[in-house]
Amino acid sequence: MTKEPVAEPKTVPVQPVSWRKRIGTVRLYLGVAIVLVWGLGPFYWMAVVAFRDPAHTFDSTPWPTHVTLENFRNAFDTSRGNNFGRALLNSVIIGSATTAVALILGVLAAYALARMAFAGKYLISGLILSASMFPAVVLVTPLFQLFTDIGWIGQYQAMIIPNISFVLPMTVYILASFFAELPWELEEAARIDGASKFQAFRLIMLPLAAPAVFTTAILAFIASINEYLLARLLSGDDTKPVTVAIASFSGNDPLVQPYAAIMAAGVIVTVPLVIMVLIFQRRIISGLTAGGVKS
Amino acid sequence: MSDPSGAKQRGLALELRQSGKAWLFVAPVLVALAVVIGYPVFEAIWMSFSKDSGIDPATGMFVEGGSAGFSNYTHWLLQQCGSLNGMVSCPTGTLGSQFWSAVGITLFFTVVMVSIEALLGLGMAMVMGKTFRGRALLRAAVLIPWAIPTAVTARLWEFMFQYDGVVNRVLGTHILWTSDMWASRFAVVAADVWKTTPFMALLILAGLQVIPADVYEAAKVDGATAWQRFVHITLPLLKPALLVAVLFRTMDTLRIYDLPAIMTLGNPSTNTLSILVVEQVRQGPNSAAALSVITFLLVFAIAFILVKVLGANAVRTQEDQRKAN
Repeated sequence: MTKEPVAEPKTVPVQPVSWRKRIGTVRLYLGVAIVLVWGLGPFYWMAVVAFRDPAHTFDSTPWPTHVTLENFRNAFDTSRGNNFGRALLNSVIIGSATTAVALILGVLAAYALARMAFAGKYLISGLILSASMFPAVVLVTPLFQLFTDIGWIGQYQAMIIPNISFVLPMTVYILASFFAELPWELEEAARIDGASKFQAFRLIMLPLAAPAVFTTAILAFIASINEYLLARLLSGDDTKPVTVAIASFSGNDPLVQPYAAIMAAGVIVTVPLVIMVLIFQRRIISGLTAGGVKS
Repeated sequence: MSDPSGAKQRGLALELRQSGKAWLFVAPVLVALAVVIGYPVFEAIWMSFSKDSGIDPATGMFVEGGSAGFSNYTHWLLQQCGSLNGMVSCPTGTLGSQFWSAVGITLFFTVVMVSIEALLGLGMAMVMGKTFRGRALLRAAVLIPWAIPTAVTARLWEFMFQYDGVVNRVLGTHILWTSDMWASRFAVVAADVWKTTPFMALLILAGLQVIPADVYEAAKVDGATAWQRFVHITLPLLKPALLVAVLFRTMDTLRIYDLPAIMTLGNPSTNTLSILVVEQVRQGPNSAAALSVITFLLVFAIAFILVKVLGANAVRTQEDQRKAN
């Protein structure tokens, strides 16, 4: 037996920091600075221009000068054909409805894929994964034709239903990897006490999974809000989501893009999402990586 | 665990009992996907073999359509357009003549964007993986480009790339970023790299964090330099995460639409396959359907090659991993 190691004295004698270490620290903070500017730079520029008098839109002073709220008023000015308030409402309606449907359907399937053994399981999870990689352009032509025939163009369901096609597979995949990580013992205990599989799911697993379901809801909502291709063809004047509205923003002169108002509109869309990202950063990252790398 | 074979049999019996219930759980999703994906896909395939109704170039009469054989496909692949003199090669400027350039542009975007994003994402992940104060804040900041809707990103970068815009001001150049052929392609690449590198970085970071620290310690003790540790430890162990990230991004880029469609409106030098399909929908839905089927086959062929050749096994489930551990 060797003798007991002597406890290290708490105060370490001050040693000169090596050059190598110092260079390392400088490099790290340089990297941090670059990443920060990367994430915030263009977003900051959008905000600066949004608050600047439209006559100075192309100024290059890096801070807001000639500050005004005029651009925000213009963005909501219905007389210019920019019914941006309505577009915001439309995006929330389409995003929430898509998310709700995808979660209700997806939770059950994700639970079965993560927690139950059954024939055809790998086929189904493969099928769902390939569905999430599906190019949306394939859906465009038949849906445009069908919705024209049945008079759905310009109605909410014409965007909610196709959105489900990419939100649902994503929901199932992320939820399944969350479910797989929950402790198995509680569920088994419930089963031994005589709970049915569905009761175990509803009473034990679902409450445990609530945070995961919430995280998935955020990701599904962001994905749904982001959709543009299908909405461009399938939306009407009153059901345009923000993505379509912002892409076709108009000003007084049809030949001049009203960039200041567009940037103001961009800020209005972005700020709630940025706040969401700041609050739920940890959850969003775990959701993104659950759907991606852990598989 | 006294009798493993008995346990196995009990497991099998359990599996059979569970099967029925599990299918009940999965059925709603399968039905929903059959409606929202299955139906349109089969309809698209059906449409791609049908003729568009319209003026028959041979007779000058209005016709209702009918079967088209492969003519909607040859229209794109061989660039054959109907005219009064039968099939001729499509005149330049028409959508039909843009097929092969759209394939080239789509593949160009995919290769360039995904490789830049993988490299920068790797660098970004290395920075984010270090411990320092404010790390959580940095990760949140990096998520912002990812969270902004692509349409907003497109408008923001289109604005920055204006002739009088901040990019030309900072660089002191006078480049027409949204209309010049290569400049506009570069602008689209820049915007996409800004938006999606953070996503790539987070996927890589997740892979980075499962590498056990003692592997590095051991290598350090053995005298490996930082570069040697990166090449011989980090990269090989990171390979699965990196490949999954590359596969996901490749699929996304092959179907890219929003950024080029909004940023460089109507500029054929950034017309991708998806843009071509959307432009064609109103002109002739059946040939648009054929083009979308071609796009779909291309995407799946590339996904297949990536999965087979590179071994990016994305279909593996949690269960496999649990069993393997």
